[in-house]
Amino acid sequence: MKIHEYQGKELLRAAGVPVPLSQVAFSAAEAKAAAAEIIRRTGNEVVVVKTQIHAGGRGKGRFKEYPELGGVKVVKGAQAAHDIAEKMLGSTLVTIQTGDEGKKVQRLLIEQGMNIARELYIGLTLDRATSRVTIMASTEGGMDIEEVAEHTPEKILREAIDPAIGLAAFQARKLAYALGLRGATAHRMVTFLQALAGAYERLDAALFEINPLVITAEGDVLALDAKVSFDDNALYRHKDLEALRDPDEEDPAELEAKKWDLSYVNLTGSIGCMVNGAGLAMATMDIIKHFGGEPANFLDVGGGATAERVTAAFKLITRDPSIKGILVNIFGGIMKCDTIATGVITAVKEVGLSVPLVVRLEGTNVELGKKLLDESGLNVVTASSLRDAAAKIVEMSQ
Amino acid sequence: MSVLVDKNTRLIVQGLTGKVGLFHAEQSLKYGTKVVGGTSPGKGGESILGLPVFDTVADAVRGTGADATVIFVPPPFAADAIMEAADAEVPLIVCITEGIPVADMIKAKRYLQGRSSRLIGPNCPGIITPDQCRIGIMPGYIHRPGRIGVVSRSGTLTYEAVHQLTALGLGQTTAIGIGGDPVNGTNFVDCLRLFQEDPATEGIVMIGEIGGSAEEDAAAFIKDHVTKPVIGFIAGRTAPPGKRMGHAGAIISGGKGTADAKLDALKDAGVAIAETPSDLGSTMAAAMAKRAS
Repeated sequence: MKIHEYQGKELLRAAGVPVPLSQVAFSAAEAKAAAAEIIRRTGNEVVVVKTQIHAGGRGKGRFKEYPELGGVKVVKGAQAAHDIAEKMLGSTLVTIQTGDEGKKVQRLLIEQGMNIARELYIGLTLDRATSRVTIMASTEGGMDIEEVAEHTPEKILREAIDPAIGLAAFQARKLAYALGLRGATAHRMVTFLQALAGAYERLDAALFEINPLVITAEGDVLALDAKVSFDDNALYRHKDLEALRDPDEEDPAELEAKKWDLSYVNLTGSIGCMVNGAGLAMATMDIIKHFGGEPANFLDVGGGATAERVTAAFKLITRDPSIKGILVNIFGGIMKCDTIATGVITAVKEVGLSVPLVVRLEGTNVELGKKLLDESGLNVVTASSLRDAAAKIVEMSQ
Repeated sequence: MSVLVDKNTRLIVQGLTGKVGLFHAEQSLKYGTKVVGGTSPGKGGESILGLPVFDTVADAVRGTGADATVIFVPPPFAADAIMEAADAEVPLIVCITEGIPVADMIKAKRYLQGRSSRLIGPNCPGIITPDQCRIGIMPGYIHRPGRIGVVSRSGTLTYEAVHQLTALGLGQTTAIGIGGDPVNGTNFVDCLRLFQEDPATEGIVMIGEIGGSAEEDAAAFIKDHVTKPVIGFIAGRTAPPGKRMGHAGAIISGGKGTADAKLDALKDAGVAIAETPSDLGSTMAAAMAKRAS
């Protein structure tokens, strides 16, 4: 689960990680009040108005309504913050990560202006090669870190975190000195990194990215940005984090799928897929593409699905107006083929079927499943193998 | 011959009294597996399916002489179950549970370091040696004893491969599902080494997925150490970057872990690639025929 920058910063602040003074705003009036308060407390007229959307590349992004305006704006004074907020809120920001349709901005973060001396990069995530959470640090802050990793990998420092110990002080010192920090600033960096690593562990995070982390002219160390996401498998033990979910940032079909415990990802093609198992679901998408079709979704109904869940899954697929055909591919292990057949038949009877449907069943109770489909009177095309199924649905949905 | 499990394997089930554990314990018994007992904390002394139930894995090992365990414990308790089995020195731990928090698995894997147990999974279908021993959730009837070792990150794709191998008369020595999670136990390289050393295994099917670098590591190992024909498939060629495709491990990030990078590495190691998942069996058959000529 991803959250907004302002939510991430609130969590970091609570964990003892220094972040700039800032306040979320949902209206221009709130933006003005927040800016006035920040100016009063800092004595500095400069504030930054930052759009809050999950997609990255906000600074370089542009508003559809105001082509000269980016998603992050430095202004002077509370009235200026108000005026910019008025433009940004309700407008659509297009960044490299939003796609051409862009994203409507509904939240802003108003933040104190900083006297930046240096910009660094800090990231924490799982390194699958070592099965350890690894902290990455680089002097190339504010840059596209993937570019840095590709062209100058030596500029990315790494420390693997032992789960029994956490980030040791010596590891944090190693990073601080390697980043060229000295004296009190190096000490602040050590505190910063240990607090950050502690928060990562306590929150069951999947990714922390602080890009940039800034060193101010006064030698302070602060997180100027915060990209935070959580391990979905661990959310059950962090009920409070559920409140941070922004439904505007989630695909409605994917939200509906979550209710039914289905693993669903919306894609851009025209052939709907229902498959059991993530690997087979991906392979089914691949083979559709192989025969010249485009999958409309990834959908893994899982192993323990009931007929009701299969019905819900089928309805989810048929909701997509761009669908021109549906492929059901099941290799029953725990999943029984008759359960799938029953679920599909129920769904078709409830919502109808306006596009071709190809079903390929194999595995547990396959004969019973096929019999149910045959006797249902539905216009279902059965297939003998995955290849046969994919070829048929691509042809029929042309 | 086979790898890791055979007719002598003595299996216990952690979570034996749960619905899924019970169902699959019964399936494994029917398949001919020597299931010798199970655990369910608080239910020690009871019996189910005619099998003794123990409170702890250590008790179960002492009481049954088990040398393998399969875990059907819910996600919040599964990593603990893995550590309990390792503490009881069970040589083979197979964890079926899907959805274990990553942090829990990091700790469990750390706990396994320096201990004698081997972990398969989690989030996997298990391991089977046809007609001898079924540990996990796979449909037993699609398997036939034969010459091919199968290793896969995906459950249902393993069934797909096995089904095709059976239809072509090649059969399997052992089929191993290593699971789709980013932190797991036994990896491709471990399985490739086992199959290479197993005299009965004449060819190997390896099924990977996008995400991580396990397939690239496997390719490097194949190049240097595997003399038997290997065929491969990578699922997720058409998956968009940054999207999590069901398996926590299957996500492409930052241009790393793409299907193309994996396929290139495998081809470079002399692995024949199945063009589609429907070609797994025929590609293996062709590789075997080429070897024979």
